Amino acid sequence: MTRSAALRPTLLVALLGTALLAICLLSLSLGARSIPPIEVARTLLGHPPDQDVHDIVWSARVPRTALGLTAGAALGLSGALMQALTRNPLADPGILGVSAGASFAIVLAIELFGLGSLLGYIWFAFAGAMAASLVVYLLGRTGRSGLTPVKLALAGVAVTALLSSLTSAVVLTDPDALDRYRFWSAGSLGTATGSTVLHFLPFLALGALLALSCAPALNSLALGDDVAASLGRRLGLVRFQGVVAIVLLAGGAVAVIGPVVFLGLVVPHAARIVAQQAGLGPDHRWLLPISAVLAPCLLLLADIVGRLVERPIEVQAGIIVAFIGGPFFIALVRRRRLAEI
Amino acid sequence: MTLPTADSAAAPRVRALRLAVPPVSALLRPRLIAVSAGLAVAVFLVFCWGVSIGDYPVSLLGVVKALVDKGDPGTLLVVRDLRLPRAVVGLLVGIAFGISGALFQTMTRNPLASPDMIGLTEGAGTAVVAGIVWGWDSHVSAQTLGLLGALGTALIVYLLSWKRGSTGYRIILIGIGVSWICSSATDYLVANGSRFQASESIGWLVGNLNGRTWDQARPLALALLVLLPVSLLLGRQLRTLQLGDDVAAGLGTRVQTVRLAVLVTGVGLIAFGTAAAGPIAFVALAAPQTAQRLAGTAWPPTLASGLTGALMVLVGDLVAREVIPGTELPVGIVTGVIGAPVLLWLLTRANRAGSGG
Repeated sequence: MTRSAALRPTLLVALLGTALLAICLLSLSLGARSIPPIEVARTLLGHPPDQDVHDIVWSARVPRTALGLTAGAALGLSGALMQALTRNPLADPGILGVSAGASFAIVLAIELFGLGSLLGYIWFAFAGAMAASLVVYLLGRTGRSGLTPVKLALAGVAVTALLSSLTSAVVLTDPDALDRYRFWSAGSLGTATGSTVLHFLPFLALGALLALSCAPALNSLALGDDVAASLGRRLGLVRFQGVVAIVLLAGGAVAVIGPVVFLGLVVPHAARIVAQQAGLGPDHRWLLPISAVLAPCLLLLADIVGRLVERPIEVQAGIIVAFIGGPFFIALVRRRRLAEI
Repeated sequence: MTLPTADSAAAPRVRALRLAVPPVSALLRPRLIAVSAGLAVAVFLVFCWGVSIGDYPVSLLGVVKALVDKGDPGTLLVVRDLRLPRAVVGLLVGIAFGISGALFQTMTRNPLASPDMIGLTEGAGTAVVAGIVWGWDSHVSAQTLGLLGALGTALIVYLLSWKRGSTGYRIILIGIGVSWICSSATDYLVANGSRFQASESIGWLVGNLNGRTWDQARPLALALLVLLPVSLLLGRQLRTLQLGDDVAAGLGTRVQTVRLAVLVTGVGLIAFGTAAAGPIAFVALAAPQTAQRLAGTAWPPTLASGLTGALMVLVGDLVAREVIPGTELPVGIVTGVIGAPVLLWLLTRANRAGSGG
């Protein structure tokens, strides 16, 4: 018994790692023009068969795959973190107001400044996400009881409702804004360039660091506020760190690829089920990394399928991810006895 | 006779009174009753006010007279045939959303739970947007499509989550998966439709009372006639479920029956409401939480939630019609804009861990 429990996590890591690698390789080779994996490997090692292949791999596929990896991991991590912080299995990173803030900022930017370039969108969206979640955090901690999970969640829902109403109001009165906004809001990896990924890497890396260092504290937090406090956790500090991590991770990801927050809602549930299969239990030191691997697997897979289904037109990954992830998630939920948070 | 119950001995204010006139025994909560009555009056006033304004103004008294079939033919025509259907749809949709939200939040013990969580509104949205983009709307009304979409989605979610019985938690998770698929399908349709279709779709998707007639009001009214009494009865049963399934069973509640009844009722309320007015944002989620904080109860009170929902929608519609003269914003935009600050204000005022959550 002890032996199998010790073995299975290793197997799990191996499995997840292999899956992620395989999907990355596929993502580099498949698309409007498919390139055999061997040639991809040679190109990456500096021996491209011809200039075209070199250009496709380095200027389109590599940034795109890198974006899928980083944004996916960020969404998975922030989702797991959000559910742990609010102790609510229905919480997604969007609840902090991240995607509503980003959407509203983009619509405002289009409306007020006539912004058209994608790089411009991204910084506006990031700023909007940060501002919205700051407001949610401050609202969540007003009142004598301080920051409680329920207040944080409800404040987030309220701010989200407010901002998305305003977004709809602008979009409905200005068909031009709607025209540009609806493509961003479907969620796509196709906008990736090397520089967008590099711009956001520091934010995502810092967020990931903060998130992972929260993990032990999250385990105590799962036992309830009082127990966590008596175990020596400083609740306010942990929550603040968690919120900052979520804003950096989810805000960055949403700004670049669009509001694909559903991924952050579903993947942690899948991670819990996977962890349960491996005999690990609800340990956040495992749940966070597993979510961070599962989410990019799903996102990249969706992106690959999106490139292939209507070739040469691409269907946004944010749309495909639901058609792959949804049924998979449903099957997963049906198979297992569920572990509640 | 009435006696203060034990908990009021500690608190300075009377929070509940026990009415014990054998064989009747009931718990009266003065604050809940006062809040419900106040809400009902406010709903009635806003309802009449909404009917009275417009290009052809009618006095408030004229509205009340027209409601009881008195007045000159012109006023009767304007009030009963043109304005009343819209106000009635708003009133009923608000009640339906508020109550179904209260039922779901009580059942799941989760303030984030609302019936749209399990995919009904997304399913309705997909059906209606598909109708717009693929041009079925000339054959089938958006209302029928919305109703079919919502009920179809509910059925799919229920069947998928059936596995030797179904638990609330599994239904919600499956519902999340299904609503994910549906909302992506909607996104795909919106992103690939023409500009005109996209804006028509968004207009429906935010929730709208523009151009509603008795055709929309009638089915909704019939549905509420059945579902409203059921949900008021269920609200009581449901409160024992909050103590956990085992305790509830020990107290004589038939747990599985009550849970199924709540699901069916909540689904029905949301499906008919969404079909009539689209998924008006935020009402199902915020109305119960607002009512709970207004009434100072530990759970969302059913009737007060419905009244709060109605007030949100009616005030929202009033603002939507008046804020920019000449244009009619969809009501769903306004309910978010005015409902959010109210909920936030109540949240920040709550100072006890119990009521602040």
